[in-house]
Amino acid sequence: MENLVSIFVKSIFIDNMIFAYFLGMCSYLAVSKTVKTSTGLGVAVIFVLGFTVPINYLIENYILQEGALVWLSPSLADVDLSFLSFIMFIAVIASMVQLVEMVIEKFSPALYNSLGIFLPLIAVNCAILGGSLFMQEREYANIAEATSFALGSGVGWFLAIVGIAAIREKIRYSNVPAPLRGLGITFIITGLMGIAFMSFMGIKL
Amino acid sequence: MTEKEPLFSAKNLKLIREPLGHSNPITVQVLGICSALAITVQLKPAIVMTLSVIAVMTISNVVISLLRNMVPPRIRIIVQLVVIATMVILVDEILQAFAYDVSKQLSVFVGLIITNCIIMGRLEAFALSNKPWPAFLDGLGNAFGYGLILIIVSFFRELLGSGTLMGYQVIPDSFYEFGYENNGLMVLPPMALIVVGIIIWVQRSKDKELIEQN
Repeated sequence: MENLVSIFVKSIFIDNMIFAYFLGMCSYLAVSKTVKTSTGLGVAVIFVLGFTVPINYLIENYILQEGALVWLSPSLADVDLSFLSFIMFIAVIASMVQLVEMVIEKFSPALYNSLGIFLPLIAVNCAILGGSLFMQEREYANIAEATSFALGSGVGWFLAIVGIAAIREKIRYSNVPAPLRGLGITFIITGLMGIAFMSFMGIKL
Repeated sequence: MTEKEPLFSAKNLKLIREPLGHSNPITVQVLGICSALAITVQLKPAIVMTLSVIAVMTISNVVISLLRNMVPPRIRIIVQLVVIATMVILVDEILQAFAYDVSKQLSVFVGLIITNCIIMGRLEAFALSNKPWPAFLDGLGNAFGYGLILIIVSFFRELLGSGTLMGYQVIPDSFYEFGYENNGLMVLPPMALIVVGIIIWVQRSKDKELIEQN
């Protein structure tokens, strides 16, 4: 249990998706103009990450890894399908996004309307595929650890996008040099936020 | 028979030239930022990444352009993803076979070429409605534009951050004896963002058309 909490906190603050790995920057820059829309996108990312990473964890461990198919028949012990992982992960993500979209539309139209177009966009958000690939690389011991990593990364991404959106709403009132307006200043502020987040780095969990 | 357009007509050359400056994928179209920033600590991985993106991008642009009349619009996204993912798997296997160190250094970012928005964006915006040859040039141009920024950023980060280029020391020892220090901040992730911000600043003060309103 302690372990799960520390993975969760670590993936929010120390291994933050945006500030440490720059994952999901495209939508982060494009959708961070107002706090309201960026909250919607942030929630959708937490949601989809929380679903896809555990599913991809199961696929990785019971189908793709070398010898993972032993549960089917002992003769498959030396089958190694790990070269298929990219295509499997992206297929799972694309279909999960579609599925989550349909489920939300059916059971909670209010949430569906507030997430709007963000759900389909998430299929090509690098933070989602990145979550699955980091899960594969770091070899989490069980599905609970992978889930807590996924939720933590999602929350970290959420915090980052809401933070930058709040700053961008206020920066409209300041006198930024013309060539730096819009994209340029957003990059630099994100860099400064990243430096601030680095103060968490020394924490041992 | 209609007159054939020469292979390197002015229109086709423009496809290559434009993405290098005026419509650069990173600084103007804001596509494919994720991988651009994460692997620019040193020059060598940045160059390998550029080559991989050039390969994936040109080939998948040509493939999609060849398939453009056969793919029903409803399923085009999944077709694009499959083409890109196949190419990326090939690149990844080749890197692991011939450049294992760099492939370890790039870690998950080779896989993330799949979701690199430049590739999806160009397939969607250009390859789906153009012939294979212009699509090839467009892919090449955009991949070069992407690589250009990658190489500029990683050049400065490696030079100022560790005093080396491609792993070789370029700042002479005598500088260090006079008290020159490597700027450790340049190696850390946030500086990549700030360097790109500065590149955008320089580019936009030269090219006034790109300045945003608010």
